[in-house]
Amino acid sequence: MSVTTAQPSPRQHAAPRSGGTTLTGTVTLIRFILRRDRVRLPIWIGAIVLLVVGSLPTFPETYPTQADRQARAELLDNPATVALTGPAYGTDDYTFGAMTANELLLWVAITMGLMSILLMVRHTRAEEETGRTELLRAGVLGRHAGTTAAFTVVAGANVLIGLLLGVLMPSALDELSVSSSLLFGAAVASVGLVFAGVGALTAQVTEHARAASGLGVAVLGAAFSLRAIGDVGAEALSWLSPIGWAQRTKVYVDDRWWPLLIALAVTALLVAVAYATTSRRDVGAGLVQARPGSPRAGARLSSPLGLALRLQRGGLIGWGAGLIVFGLAYGSLASSIEEFVSDNSTLQDVLGDAGTLIDGFMALVVQMLALLAAAYGLTAVVRLRNEETAGRAEPVLATAVSRVRFAASHLVIAMGGSLLLMLGGGLGLALTASLALDDGSMFGKLLGASVAHMPGIWLITAVAVALVGLVPHLVHLSWIVLTYAVIVGMLAGFFQFPDWVMKISPLDAASPLPGGDLGTVAVVIMGVLAVALIWIGLLGFRRRDLTTT
Amino acid sequence: MTTAIDVAGVVKTFGTVRALDGLDLRVSTGEVHGFLGPNGAGKSTTIRVLLGLLRADSGTVRLLGGDPWDDAVALHRRLAYVPGDVNLWPNLSGGEAIDLLGRLRGGLDEKRRQDLLDRFDLDPTKKGRTYSKGNRQKVALVAALSSDVELLILDEPTSGLDPLMEAVFNEVIDEWKDDGKTVLLSSHILSEVEKLCDRVSIIRAGTIVESGTLAELRHLTRTSIHAETARPVTGLDQLPGIHDLVVEDHRVTFDVDTAQLDGAVRHLTGFGIQTLTSQPPTLEELFLRHYGDELGAEQAAAEAGASS
Repeated sequence: MSVTTAQPSPRQHAAPRSGGTTLTGTVTLIRFILRRDRVRLPIWIGAIVLLVVGSLPTFPETYPTQADRQARAELLDNPATVALTGPAYGTDDYTFGAMTANELLLWVAITMGLMSILLMVRHTRAEEETGRTELLRAGVLGRHAGTTAAFTVVAGANVLIGLLLGVLMPSALDELSVSSSLLFGAAVASVGLVFAGVGALTAQVTEHARAASGLGVAVLGAAFSLRAIGDVGAEALSWLSPIGWAQRTKVYVDDRWWPLLIALAVTALLVAVAYATTSRRDVGAGLVQARPGSPRAGARLSSPLGLALRLQRGGLIGWGAGLIVFGLAYGSLASSIEEFVSDNSTLQDVLGDAGTLIDGFMALVVQMLALLAAAYGLTAVVRLRNEETAGRAEPVLATAVSRVRFAASHLVIAMGGSLLLMLGGGLGLALTASLALDDGSMFGKLLGASVAHMPGIWLITAVAVALVGLVPHLVHLSWIVLTYAVIVGMLAGFFQFPDWVMKISPLDAASPLPGGDLGTVAVVIMGVLAVALIWIGLLGFRRRDLTTT
Repeated sequence: MTTAIDVAGVVKTFGTVRALDGLDLRVSTGEVHGFLGPNGAGKSTTIRVLLGLLRADSGTVRLLGGDPWDDAVALHRRLAYVPGDVNLWPNLSGGEAIDLLGRLRGGLDEKRRQDLLDRFDLDPTKKGRTYSKGNRQKVALVAALSSDVELLILDEPTSGLDPLMEAVFNEVIDEWKDDGKTVLLSSHILSEVEKLCDRVSIIRAGTIVESGTLAELRHLTRTSIHAETARPVTGLDQLPGIHDLVVEDHRVTFDVDTAQLDGAVRHLTGFGIQTLTSQPPTLEELFLRHYGDELGAEQAAAEAGASS
């Protein structure tokens, strides 16, 4: 690793005439970004606001009386739920406001963090990687205009979402005050802002947009896990996480604004470091420089599968490391849950014994692993499409490689990779959980639960395969299926969705494990459906024109 | 003589755009065939149909005796392709890309690979992204030319090469020709095609407008001549095939049909040539000259049709 150095202090020679600063052209770039994302931005903003605001009216339907709400609160104040959603504030008098903060804030914050990372990288490193930044920077454009414009747009989107939430939430649910709702909006926006800063910085590190996004998402995952461990025990760790700061506003309960100042300060710091890095490096280069490669290809690089493996290897290793750490971390929380329940006899009446609570907690953790593995599967299939649009499929398909063999090579990575991820994450979870509980049977049960999710994961992935074969430009629609599974899987306990809403999620059948019974019929049906969709996708890919748009 | 490529009446549309409009193309085995046309005429689309990457809407396509769509894999073992816009994998070195593409085709000739790397002066250890356009093209060229195949399909292969590398490329293609192999070479540069090709097909707006040997197409080409002479030139306008003649004192500028070039230069020598520059016509000029009337007529017809 080495740091690239540019010419010494170019700012001194800058500005031969008035107006030439490192920010020249920012406004034009902002308008250009808004124009490019005239569909994407409204979808992000609209989806987040509508999902939050639209869910609020269901609160009084699901929890009509104070007694209903208190009963829900009883379920929250234990390490299992705290690890998954955050510290439960205001459970003594569980208002709709406290409910909103405890049950929704985390998920909205994560979504906005994800949005910020993806949009920041899209408008900085991705542009640089394609060489378009070079074209723009050759014109009258300041060195920091690109980062500044992207950050302004992303920050603007976050602030807009925050404001819309602040204004619309009270109208959707009377009990929510405007001032508290504005703090809720500000809290989730603060997480978005920090991760816009994270995205600005990770975009500096590597030459490749994919790696920059991956690094940003890894930081988001770390922020989520840090606060989980912190919320359960060592609270200092939660204060290292942007999500922790947002939750510590105690919005709707105590309404503290000051934790958000930390977020603003950290954002400013991250952007400043990104600026400083931009000033020191060459356009197109990262902090990590590409090393020369081998003059000859290794023996494994002789087949489409070898190529697909080589292309997706880095991503798979990154995802694998993430899921293993996630599994290890959450498995280790099992002992906290056990201690908590055995110390608390009244809780045992409400929740049942520690075993039930731990099983429920583990079921949710395994489902989170499954959602992550499915997300990986989708990115791996999208990679196949990217190879086509980037024009790199063409030379391969002009050799003695059939369409089906080419597509199948990436599918093997997608399907096999998601299985490996589930095995890795499941093993990590099983290992620490069975050690923490001193219960050997937990090991097999958790590993089994992880594997039982595979048909569902493959079904989600197979939807993307069918789209690539039939309507390739719509492949990203497959993310809707995953989003549905996330909402249903993570928020079902709170929203009490109707049965059929749950049942059509591909990750529902194995969700009762390790405590309950596997929906065997559903698993078989999903397996058959997945095979059918893959077959349709491959058939479509064989019959259609190769396209680059 | 057998036919390597036989395309008849092929139509390919993208939405409302008719990219290929009844295209006919015949390439005999063992010939180097130039496939000439301006940008957007349908050269790359034709090549993609030949490679089975696109499916023709109608018409018949035969490639090495097979169907490029149905027999794609078997046919691709016998041909090599260099795309016009070479995209390499950012995290693979050029050497790895060459080996991969060669192996996927069924193996490559090690000696030729090394020989071509030397001749094209290509560093195989650089990663895909760090290559310039010309070097990416060289990677694809080395990968294609190291294979032992019967047919080479090249889509504007020299567009990024410097003159030195272009000369190397010409040499290599000449060697292929000597081995009796077939080459389809698309280009928009007439001089390149003139240097290498036995026969030429000219495509415009998805249709072949001219096809034949270079000699047969000689009437299409004119050379621009600019000369300074010791004495003012006279009588040049009496010679056949002279166009756009301008004489200013000792300077003379004119276009001449390439078939009449010899006579024109002989005439000039009589006045004591001091400087002489000749410029082959660009394809665009050629098209403007030969199809300009036709284009104008078509446009007029279209406008008349629209207004009536």
